[in-house]
Amino acid sequence: MQRFRLLLIAPAALILAVLFAVPLAIVCIYSLLTRGVYGGAGTPWTLANYTRLADSLYAQILFHSLWMAALATLLCLLMGFPLALFISRAGPRKNLYLYLVILPFWTSFLVRTYAWMFLLRETGLVNTLLAALHLVREPLPLLYNDAAVILGLVYGYLPFMVLPLYATLERLDPHLLEAAADLGARPWTALVKVIFPLSAPGIRAGAILVFIPCLGAYLTPDLLGGGKSVMVGNLIQNQFTTARDWPFGAALSLVLMALVMLVLIGLLNRREDVL
Amino acid sequence: MDCVLELEGISKQFPSHLAVDNVSFRVRRGEFFSLLGPSGCGKTTTLRLIAGFEQPTSGVILLEGTRLHSQPPYERNVSTVFQNYALFPHLTVRQNIEFGLRRRKAAGIARRAADVLALVQLAGKEDRKPAELSGGERQRVALARSLVLEPAVLLLDEPLSALDPNLRKQMRSELKALQRRTGVTFLFITHDQEEALSLSTRIALMNGGRIEQQATPEDLYLRPATRFVASFLGGMNWLHHAGIRPEAIHISRVPSLNGHRHFPATIIASTFLGNCFRIESKLSSGESIVADVAPAEGAFHPGEQVHLWWRPDDEITFPA
Repeated sequence: MQRFRLLLIAPAALILAVLFAVPLAIVCIYSLLTRGVYGGAGTPWTLANYTRLADSLYAQILFHSLWMAALATLLCLLMGFPLALFISRAGPRKNLYLYLVILPFWTSFLVRTYAWMFLLRETGLVNTLLAALHLVREPLPLLYNDAAVILGLVYGYLPFMVLPLYATLERLDPHLLEAAADLGARPWTALVKVIFPLSAPGIRAGAILVFIPCLGAYLTPDLLGGGKSVMVGNLIQNQFTTARDWPFGAALSLVLMALVMLVLIGLLNRREDVL
Repeated sequence: MDCVLELEGISKQFPSHLAVDNVSFRVRRGEFFSLLGPSGCGKTTTLRLIAGFEQPTSGVILLEGTRLHSQPPYERNVSTVFQNYALFPHLTVRQNIEFGLRRRKAAGIARRAADVLALVQLAGKEDRKPAELSGGERQRVALARSLVLEPAVLLLDEPLSALDPNLRKQMRSELKALQRRTGVTFLFITHDQEEALSLSTRIALMNGGRIEQQATPEDLYLRPATRFVASFLGGMNWLHHAGIRPEAIHISRVPSLNGHRHFPATIIASTFLGNCFRIESKLSSGESIVADVAPAEGAFHPGEQVHLWWRPDDEITFPA
């Protein structure tokens, strides 16, 4: 039996060892090396790649990334909560609405992000329409700024907030809401005092699923930020390509991982007092 | 008559069926009024209409003389004890009980909560979560949470049905005592005839969305207005359009000469139930009759030829 159980986890363990643990070890080693003159890396061993992070330029990008990810998560929550609540009350149409929420996944994220560029650029659909309606004279700068990046992140990760929230709200006993109303709670009070606290596990799960990919986002800030809204994902990519500073890129990657783990521990290491 | 709740011609049409059909009744102040009926008879829908969770299709509901138009539940001075209690799982016992008082911005919240906790014998368990309580304790929290608001009518939706049978009997007497002590008007929904008979001052028996009869427990049992009422409460034998209760039937081995109704019969089966023998027999005309006879009348055995008799007064008849 014991042997059989080991067999069950063997394929996954093998894949993780080869494709996760070994590369991670390599990244750790690289982060402690010195960059070569023509790229690559070599001795001497050093911690300089980490101390460089204290440089205000890099620290700023890290904080900016944290801020952008937090903002995108908050907006996803503000938009996703009412939507999930609506779907959980939609009766027989629930499945249709859930289908619509995951419909965007049928197309590649890259293609969808390009579509946003077509919509938002100076000669894009939005600006063309606004101009045709004589609402603006100059095209609005809709692309290549923080707002465009936030828009792209919220658009891309909203379903990851909606689905866990829906799962929690769906299980909420409708009698609890009737009881709240019966005891004199107006709908808003019932929302704040009953629905919100009881959907805390869903909010946590959704926040994790949105915040973590947003923090390491690369594609969205690259395409919609256009180098003007740089996030840590772009900085890392840049170190491995243009800057040819693999050790620094490796150090940045590990710091990003550490940040993600801190957030996870903060959100998950709570007493589950709801159930 | 001091009438606290009045329903006049209340109907509720759902897309698929008419759940409540022209229901009218009046509940007096301080009364223990029960809506009794089989599942699907419309009793729970009637309660939900009074609580405000549903709107009636037609009819009028008056609470303390004031017409409830479309007031939402949070503006009605009634409170509901739900079948599954619907306690807030994230709040402690105390917070659950104070929930309604806080919504009303009532004065002396802590004292009123403490009083009601003592009333339902939950003092000392204020800081527990519902998950840490037994079924009976949860039931008491649900009662306390509603009673503390001193509602004009307390609506109880099959509150005992989630408890195991022993606890149910105990909670039944606690419920009755609680109602006497507080003087709050109870509107009690149940499908359990024994519960309704033992607790209520008056009962409205519902069937198919309509009220079959409203009466005191004694009248309902002894003077049923319809065949449905007669059949729903207790056992009933039907013989030539007359109903006769099993406990009204006597069995003897010799013909009775006292001028009562009298039929020769053959014993089919006999079951000892402690307080009586339940005896199934067959009349010579072929009808099956069930009789509950006192153990003192003696045991009868399958195949025995006997005589059944009962007083004509014990027959229940209805106009055809």
